[in-house]
Amino acid sequence: MPAANPVFDVTLFILFLIIVTGAAVLAGRYLAAVFSGSLTWAPFSRIEHALFRLVGTSPEQEESWQGYARDLLIFNALGFLILFLILLLQGILPLNPQQVPGFSLIDALNIAVSFVTNTNWQVYSGEASANYFTQVLGLTVQNFLSAATGICVAIAVMRGHTRKMTDRIGNFWVDMTRAVLYVLLPLACIAALILLSQGVIQNFDPSLKTTGYGGTGSQTIAMGPVASQEAIKELGTNGGGFFNANSAHPYENPTSFSNLFEIFLILLIPAALPFTFGIISGQKRQGWALYAVMMMLFVASLGTMYASELSGNPSRALQDVPGVSMEGKEVRFGLSGTALFSTSTTATACGAVNAMHDSLTPLGGLVPMFLILLGEVVFGGVGSGFATMIAFVIVAVFIAGLMIGRTPEYLAKKVEIFEMKMALIAILIPGILVLVFVGIGVVIEGGLLGIFNPGPHGLSEIVYAFASMANNNGSAFAGLNAALPFYTLSGAVVMVIGRYVPAIAMLALAGTMARKKTIPPGPGTLPTASPSFVLWLIAVILIIGALTFFPLFAMGPIAEHFALAGGL
Amino acid sequence: MFSVEIGGILTTLIFLYETFVPAGGSVFFVGMVSAWLWLTVLFSNFAESLAEGRGKARAASLRRSRATMTANKIESQSLSAPVTTVASPDLRCGDLVLVRTGDLIPSDGEVIAGAALVNEAAITGESAPVVREAGGDRSAVTGGTTVIANEIIVRITAEPGKTFLDCMIQMIEGATRRKTPNEIALEILLFALTGIFLLVVATIWPVSAYSAAVSGSGSPVHVAVLVALFVCLAPTTIAALLPAIGIAGMDRLFQRNIIAMSGRAIEAAGDVNILLLDKTGTITLGNRQAVAFIPVDGMADEDLVTAAYCASYDDETPEGKSIISLACASGCPTTCPPEHAVFIPFSAQTRMSGMDIGGTTYRKGATDAITNEVTSAGREVPPDLVSKVTRIAQTGGTPLVVSKDHSVIGVIHLKDILKSGVRERFFDLRRMGIRTVMITGDNPLTAAAIAAEAGVDDFLAETKPDDKLRLIKEYQDEGYMVAMTGDGTNDAPALAQADVAVAMNNGTQPAREAANIIDLDSDPTKLIDVVEIGKQILMTRGALTTFSIANDVAKYFAIIPAAFLVIYPQLAVLNIMGLATPESAIISAVIFNALIIPLLIPLALRGVQFRPMPAARLFTYNLVIFGLGGIVAPFLGIKGIDILISAVMPL
Repeated sequence: MPAANPVFDVTLFILFLIIVTGAAVLAGRYLAAVFSGSLTWAPFSRIEHALFRLVGTSPEQEESWQGYARDLLIFNALGFLILFLILLLQGILPLNPQQVPGFSLIDALNIAVSFVTNTNWQVYSGEASANYFTQVLGLTVQNFLSAATGICVAIAVMRGHTRKMTDRIGNFWVDMTRAVLYVLLPLACIAALILLSQGVIQNFDPSLKTTGYGGTGSQTIAMGPVASQEAIKELGTNGGGFFNANSAHPYENPTSFSNLFEIFLILLIPAALPFTFGIISGQKRQGWALYAVMMMLFVASLGTMYASELSGNPSRALQDVPGVSMEGKEVRFGLSGTALFSTSTTATACGAVNAMHDSLTPLGGLVPMFLILLGEVVFGGVGSGFATMIAFVIVAVFIAGLMIGRTPEYLAKKVEIFEMKMALIAILIPGILVLVFVGIGVVIEGGLLGIFNPGPHGLSEIVYAFASMANNNGSAFAGLNAALPFYTLSGAVVMVIGRYVPAIAMLALAGTMARKKTIPPGPGTLPTASPSFVLWLIAVILIIGALTFFPLFAMGPIAEHFALAGGL
Repeated sequence: MFSVEIGGILTTLIFLYETFVPAGGSVFFVGMVSAWLWLTVLFSNFAESLAEGRGKARAASLRRSRATMTANKIESQSLSAPVTTVASPDLRCGDLVLVRTGDLIPSDGEVIAGAALVNEAAITGESAPVVREAGGDRSAVTGGTTVIANEIIVRITAEPGKTFLDCMIQMIEGATRRKTPNEIALEILLFALTGIFLLVVATIWPVSAYSAAVSGSGSPVHVAVLVALFVCLAPTTIAALLPAIGIAGMDRLFQRNIIAMSGRAIEAAGDVNILLLDKTGTITLGNRQAVAFIPVDGMADEDLVTAAYCASYDDETPEGKSIISLACASGCPTTCPPEHAVFIPFSAQTRMSGMDIGGTTYRKGATDAITNEVTSAGREVPPDLVSKVTRIAQTGGTPLVVSKDHSVIGVIHLKDILKSGVRERFFDLRRMGIRTVMITGDNPLTAAAIAAEAGVDDFLAETKPDDKLRLIKEYQDEGYMVAMTGDGTNDAPALAQADVAVAMNNGTQPAREAANIIDLDSDPTKLIDVVEIGKQILMTRGALTTFSIANDVAKYFAIIPAAFLVIYPQLAVLNIMGLATPESAIISAVIFNALIIPLLIPLALRGVQFRPMPAARLFTYNLVIFGLGGIVAPFLGIKGIDILISAVMPL
C-alpha cells in the first residue's frame, strides 16, 4: 500500500496547483481570444460559417438576453429529445455487440436530463446497460454540448458585465459553435491521445470473456470507446463514467499520471474562466481576485479531506489499526491522488469519482458534500460555476457597497433591485431544491426505501444525492438506491430546475447589466480586487452556502464523526 | 418582523396548549421562548416609533398653522380689488391672493406685486425676517409664513396638498416615505434569507424525525425550538431597525434644517461623485475684502490710502466697508472730512463709485472704468498700472483702481476670502472619491488662483447660466452622479438635471421646484452635509446587515447542539460555548436576539460614524467592526445571558 507521506503529498499538491494555475492563465487568454472573435483559423472558420448559414445567423447578429436564453433552451431541448430517443431505442440501434436492450421510460428520462444538464448523475451501469452507439453518439455528444452550454452562459455573463448601454449579450449559436470547435474538441482530442498513451482503451469490441481471477469461473471484461469519452468527461466537468466504477476503473484511469492528468482536465476550464473574465473586463486583477477566492476555498477543502483521511477512521474501536483510511480508495492513486480527485470533482460540477465517497471518513465525506452545497463555485462547473460565483459577488458587493455608503456597484455598474433578485435566484434555487427534497425524501416511503445505511450516514446519502443533482454535479455518495422511481423522477425535476433556472437568471442579470451606464471608478469606489473583498466574498459564500446546511451537516456527517469518535 | 409575530403566536398557542394538556415538555421553556419573541416584536416597533417620534412634534405644529389659514382671494392684480375670503385648501394654481401685514401667506406662490418683509420662522426656525418682492430672485413665498410689513399680491403656484408645508409634514411624518431602490434591494435580500432559513427550519423537523427514529433516542425537535431557531437565524436585527434607519436619516437632515423632498435624493447624495459648487457663498465668503493698497509709481502710500478711504467713505457694500477698515488699520486718514461731501453711488453706466469733496473727486472702480474716466479727462494712464493690475488678478484677487481728480493713484487689492474650513472639507471629499468643481463668473486667471487656494479639483470660469446645465449633462454622460446647489431661476434647468439638487430656501420658486432638497438656512455648504448623511444611511444599513448575518454563526452553535442533543448526544461537542443546558442555550440565543435590537437602536438613529477615507480602507474598517464584531459579540452575549439564566432560573 502506498503509505501516505504528508510531506511528499503536500509538495505534490502545491506543484500540481501551480501547474493548474499556470495552465488556467493560458487557457483563460485563449478563451478570451476565441469568444471575442479575434482568434480565427481558416478551416474552423469555414465550418463555423457553414453552420451559421444552416441556423441562419452570423456573428454580427447578437441577441438580447431573452433571445440568448430562448436559443439556449431550444438547443438543449433538442439535445434532450435526441438523447431520450437514442436511450429508448438503443436496442435496435447499431454498435450494440452486447445486445443490451433500450432503457425504460423513467430511466431514459432521468439519463437524458442528467446528461443534457451537465449533471451526469447515472442511474445505470455504463458497461452493462448502455451500448456503444449510446455512449458515443448519445452521451459523449451531450458531454460536449452541455459543457459548451455552460461556457456560453459564463461568456454571456462576462459580456453583460463588461459592455455598456446595449441590450446585446452575444449570439448563442456562435458561442456554442466556438466553444465546441475551438475549445472542447481540440482539447478533448489531445487529452484523449494522452489518456490512450496511459492505457485507456478505445475500441468497439464486444466484452472479453476470460477465466476469472484465482480460477473463480469466467469473468467478463467490458470493452468500448473509452478514451474519447473519458477526455470530455473530465474536460467538460461532466463526470458520467463509461464504466460504472467511473474513474476508479483501470480502463478509465489506469495510472497515477492519468489520475493527475484527469484532475488537471477537470480543473482546467473552470479555473481558466476567471482569467478570461479578467481579460474581457480589462481588469486582470478582478480575475485574480475571483481565482483567489476559489483557490483558498479549494485548498481549505483539500486540506480538510486529506487530514481527515490521513488520521483514519475516528472510531475508538479501530484505534489499534494504524494508518490511513483506505476503504473505497484505489491503491494505485493512494491517499493524495484520491483526496485531490474527490475535492476537484466536487469543487467543480464534474462528479467523476475515483473512489467511493461513501467510504470516506465522516468529515472527509463532509468535504465533497460541503463543496457541492456551496453551489459549485469553487471553480465550479464549466461555465455554470463561474456564473454562480458572479451571483455571489453581486450579493457580496451589495452589502459591502452599503457599508461604504455608496449604491453598490460591481465593475463600475450599479447593482439594483433586479440584479439582486436574479443573483439570489441563482444562488438559492439549488439550496432550496436540496432542502425541499431531502425533507420529502426522509418522510415518504419511496425515499426511505433507498437508504442502505440508516442513521446519520443514511441522511448524508440522501443529502448528497439531492445536492449532487440540484447542483448538477453528478457524483454519488453511493449506498443509496437511486434507481427507485422516487429518486429517478424527483432527480430529473431537480436537475432541470437546478440547471436552467439559475442559468436564465444569470443571463437576465447579464442582460440588465449590459444595459447600464458605467460609473468611472475613483477612490470612493469599492475595490473588488482587494484582499478585504476576497475575504468578504469567502465569508458571504460560507455564510449563505454553509450556514444554510449546518443543521443537515450536524445530523449527518458531524453526528456520525462524533459517534465514531465517542465510541457510541 | 411579521415572521416573528407568527412565531410568537405559534409558541403562545403551544404554551397554552401544553399548559392545559401536559405533553411532558417544559411548559416554562415554551412560555419563555414565547415571551421573548413578543419582546422582539415590541423592541422592533419601539425602534420605529422612536425614530418617528422626533419628527412628530414639529409636524404637529406645522399642521396646526396650516389648519387655521384663510386667504383673501382677489380677481385682478390690484391691491384694491374686491376680496373674497376662502379657506387655504380651496386655493388652486394661478389664484391671486392679497396678503396684508400680519397675515399668514396661505399657500406657496410667487409675489407678483409689491414687496414685503416676511417672517419664515414657521418653516426655517430662523426668526430674522426676509424680504420678498416681485420680480428677481427673491419672489418666492411659502405657505405658512407671516408677512410682518407691507402687503403683496401672490400668485398661487401649488395645488392643495402639494404645498411645501404639506411636503414637509409628510416627509417628517414619514407618511410618503417611499422606499428607495437600495432599501428595496436590501429587503429582497433579507426576504430571501428569511425564506431560506424558514425552509432550513422546516426541513429540520422531518430530518430530525428521521434521525430520532433511526438513532432510537429522542423525538423530533420541538416546534418551539424550531421557531426559536428560525427567529434567531432570520435577519431580524436589521429588519427591525431598517425603517428606523431611514426615518432617523431624514430626521438628522431635518435637524440641520434640510428638507429632502424624497428619500431617493438623500441616497443619491451618498453616490455623488461630482459636486458643482458656486464660488460665491459656498467656497468664498460672499464678499471680497481689501487686503492691500498698491500705489502706482510716483504716488505715495498715504495718498492712496486717503483716496481709497474717501472713495469708499459712504460705500455701504461689504467691499467698501473692508476698504475703510483696511485704511483705518493704521489710524483713519483725517484729510477726508465728511462735511460737504457728495457721495457718488455705483451705477451700471459709470461702473464707478466715489465721492466729491470740494473740488476734489475720488473714484474707485474696475480697471477699464477708471481708465475710461482718466483718458476721457485727457490724462495719461500710468504705464505700470497694467502690470500691477495683472499681478493682482493672477493671484485670484480683484483689482479696484482708485483715481483722484481723474488721475490714477493706485490699486486696491480685493481678495476673495475662503470660508474657514472649506479646504479641509474638500480634502475630505477627495479622499471619499468626490470631485469638487467650482463654478464662477470670474475670469479664468482669478478662478484658477481661487481654485488652487481652496483646493477644488476643477473649475469652470466665466460661466453663463446654461453652462451649468451643459456641464452636468457632460458629467452624467460619463456616468458621474452630480450634485449642485442653486437659488436663481436660471439655475432651475441645471437643478432639474442634477442628480442631487439643493435649492436655497430664499431662492426663487422655479429653483425650489426643480430641486429635490431644500436648505432652509440657505447655506450652500450644506450640500456636503447632505452627502455625508446620505452615505451614513447606506453605511448604517450595510453595517447592521453584516452584523445581523454574522450573528447567525454563534446562534447556530448555541441552538443546533441543544436541539439535537437528545437525538445525538455526541453533538454536545458542538456546544463550544459550554452553555448550561439545552433550554438555557436556546433561551439565551432568543434573548440575545431580542436584546440586541434596543442595544443597536442608538446606532441606528445616530448612524454609523462617517469617516472620510478611501473606500478600500473604510470597507476594511467597517468589515472588522461589524463583520468580525458580529461574529464575536453574540458568542460573548449568549454566554453571558446563559450564565445569568442558569443561575436564577430552573431550566
